[in-house]
Amino acid sequence: MTKHWKRSLAVVLAAIMGALVAIPATAQQAGTQFVGITGYRVGPYGANGAALFGGFIDYLNLVNERDGGVNGIKLTWEECETEYVVAKGLECYERLKTRSPTGPTAIHPMSTGITYGLVDKIPVDKIPLITWGYGRTDATDGRVFPWLFPILANYWDGATAIVKFIGEKEGGVEKLKGKKIVLLYHDSAYGKEPHPVLEAEAKKLGFELKLIPVPHPGNEQQSQWLQIRQYQPNWVILWGWGVMTATALQTAQKTGFPRDKMVGNWWAGSEIDTIAAGPAATGYYSASLNLGGKGYPVVKDIDDIVYKKMNKGSKADLIGTVLWNRGVAAAMLTVEAVRTAQAKYGKKPMTGEQVRWGIENLDVNAGRLKALGFNTMLPPVKLSCEDHGGSGLVRFQQWTGTEWRATTDWMSGDRQMVRKMVEESAARYAAEKNIKPGCLPG
Amino acid sequence: MFYREAGQFKTSYAADQQLFPIRQDRIAMLALLVLAVAVVPLIASNYVLTAILLPFLVFALAALGLNILTGYAGQLSLGTAAFMAVGAVAAYNFQLRIPGMPVLGSFVLGGLTAALVGIGFGLPSLRIKGFYLAVATLAAQFFIPWLLVKVSWFSNNSSSGVISAQPVVILGFAFDSPVRKYLLVLAIVALMALAAKNLVRSSIGRAWMAVRDMDVAAEVIGIRIMRTKLIAFAVSSFYCGVAGALYASVYLGSVEADGFNLDLSFRILFMVIIGGVGSILGSFLGAAFITLMPIALDRLLPWAAELLNLNLPAGVTSMVQLVVFGALIILFLIVEPHGLARLWQIGKEKLRLWPFPY
Repeated sequence: MTKHWKRSLAVVLAAIMGALVAIPATAQQAGTQFVGITGYRVGPYGANGAALFGGFIDYLNLVNERDGGVNGIKLTWEECETEYVVAKGLECYERLKTRSPTGPTAIHPMSTGITYGLVDKIPVDKIPLITWGYGRTDATDGRVFPWLFPILANYWDGATAIVKFIGEKEGGVEKLKGKKIVLLYHDSAYGKEPHPVLEAEAKKLGFELKLIPVPHPGNEQQSQWLQIRQYQPNWVILWGWGVMTATALQTAQKTGFPRDKMVGNWWAGSEIDTIAAGPAATGYYSASLNLGGKGYPVVKDIDDIVYKKMNKGSKADLIGTVLWNRGVAAAMLTVEAVRTAQAKYGKKPMTGEQVRWGIENLDVNAGRLKALGFNTMLPPVKLSCEDHGGSGLVRFQQWTGTEWRATTDWMSGDRQMVRKMVEESAARYAAEKNIKPGCLPG
Repeated sequence: MFYREAGQFKTSYAADQQLFPIRQDRIAMLALLVLAVAVVPLIASNYVLTAILLPFLVFALAALGLNILTGYAGQLSLGTAAFMAVGAVAAYNFQLRIPGMPVLGSFVLGGLTAALVGIGFGLPSLRIKGFYLAVATLAAQFFIPWLLVKVSWFSNNSSSGVISAQPVVILGFAFDSPVRKYLLVLAIVALMALAAKNLVRSSIGRAWMAVRDMDVAAEVIGIRIMRTKLIAFAVSSFYCGVAGALYASVYLGSVEADGFNLDLSFRILFMVIIGGVGSILGSFLGAAFITLMPIALDRLLPWAAELLNLNLPAGVTSMVQLVVFGALIILFLIVEPHGLARLWQIGKEKLRLWPFPY
């Protein structure tokens, strides 16, 4: 009996390992624009990933079905599961890189850790990396990081905008003098990005800053909130992700800290966070890169065409949530970059180098946003070689208990200071790695 | 039939004591080395080299380190990833702060630093055993990454705490392409595996096994417990430290201290358990199982789904992969609790008797 078992076990093992060698990589159809997607749908951030990448793929499906692709070039894609783990992300990147002769278009790692792991690889492989609203902040300086695009707003823009928002709530930034602000952050590369700029702001505006880390994944925060209660801050900035955000809101309620004195960044401001926190979330503010909601023509198109007609939608109850909309918008910017590149290089699948040029020369203005059906979901995006970041505009929203409601217009933080710090940090990196800053030719 | 050693006479002590006393083993090992050194770089794609073979070799080295401590000396440890972190960060700092530091030298110094830290965290093993020791080494797992994050000097004041590796250049030769990186790691891992194989056959190795099997009896026959246990911690941490340095500077290229978390320690412990506790070969087999199996399943499942004409959403395949992987591990431990190395041994016995089993 056992003998028999052991033999079958050895056979099963050999067969699965054989799959690694034997199964040919699914060849992508020639003449299509292949998009490599490094996504995550399991693990502690799986719920967030499902919304982001669900929206991303829904939009790609829409472009294929409604418009017949980008100028007639159909989109194809493959998703590889990273589980938000750096080593797995690298494996996925290496795999997707080989799937198509034109490369994976542009990679959206949706993880600061994986972004750092790829920074040194992308110039060699000539694959652009779009990290919108996360990743290496100093990559905004495209002369040092030609292949990296932290588009829309980077963490430092976000942090200064949050300080400005708090200042406005207190009745002017000069009122911040002597106030106490806590940064409760996810203890990872992601959570540490805003530290330098917040410390600079604290010095400039004269408020007291206390940094309190929450270890990954963040579902246990009793001691942190005890510290906060002892410190009695005026405001808490929440730099959370995944389960950490909801836990922070619930623990804040338990320790009696008012939720309307808490401001999250844009990764701590989606329905997934607030619905999980229940009534504890009511009144909580967060910065946002894009608005949620279903009132946009593009969302209606996806609902009608991808969900109802094609029956290929990712998950109907995600439609219109903040993260799902963000995934849709990320896909739109990728598609527009391909379109921009096609205008220069011709109507064929674009390679990594051509897509890079397309992203760098991206100009999605208000008129274009309206034509695409996005209206005011996100601010206009215009990039250049010096500025890989774009507008740096964010909007603040408040959770009413049932939905996110925008409370401010698009606003930016201390752009001048951020730009200066970005250039300093990028110059340091260039010196360390012996990079000669400059623009790549188109 | 294949493994019949009849007719192979040993005429000297040296012949009797060699690493592979059976000729077939020697030939197989030689063939494997030729395959790894000469054939693989020629036929393997960059994907196979960087995404499959590199992590496999690095994790095999880390599993080897843990196997020395847990499998041979019998000291259960949950601090493997922490010792890897020490090796990685120490090697990075030696390269950064000492001008003209050779890369291989920094790996060795990184390993030695990890060995020192390992001795420090090995001290409780003199008084406590088994699960309680595992909890004590757990302290290393929490303390070291915390310290590396807290003191930003370790990461050269990087704003995000990420260390980014310098290019690996040895004697003016840059190890920058996947093939070169693979060969470098292969050479280091092969040499260290050879050293480990010899170490466990030496008096130190025998002392470890004596302590593992019954420490009171070992003490009675004159083995110094403290020295033996601390050497085991030092050697094990050295291996883990070098593995960590390779993981950070050759495989990932940049790493944050949080990457060396408890999860990684558990993965390496599972490699040892599934590969075979107390077996050098087992460390390699276990590392292959844990690193390659998820990738193989990741390729197999969508392919199978397509074959069966199932339209699975992307999330489902990821979940199914985890379920299948977990089920395989459980199946394994039920059918063959002694690990893959034991399965290999049974296979060898079978080949020896084939085609006339009795």
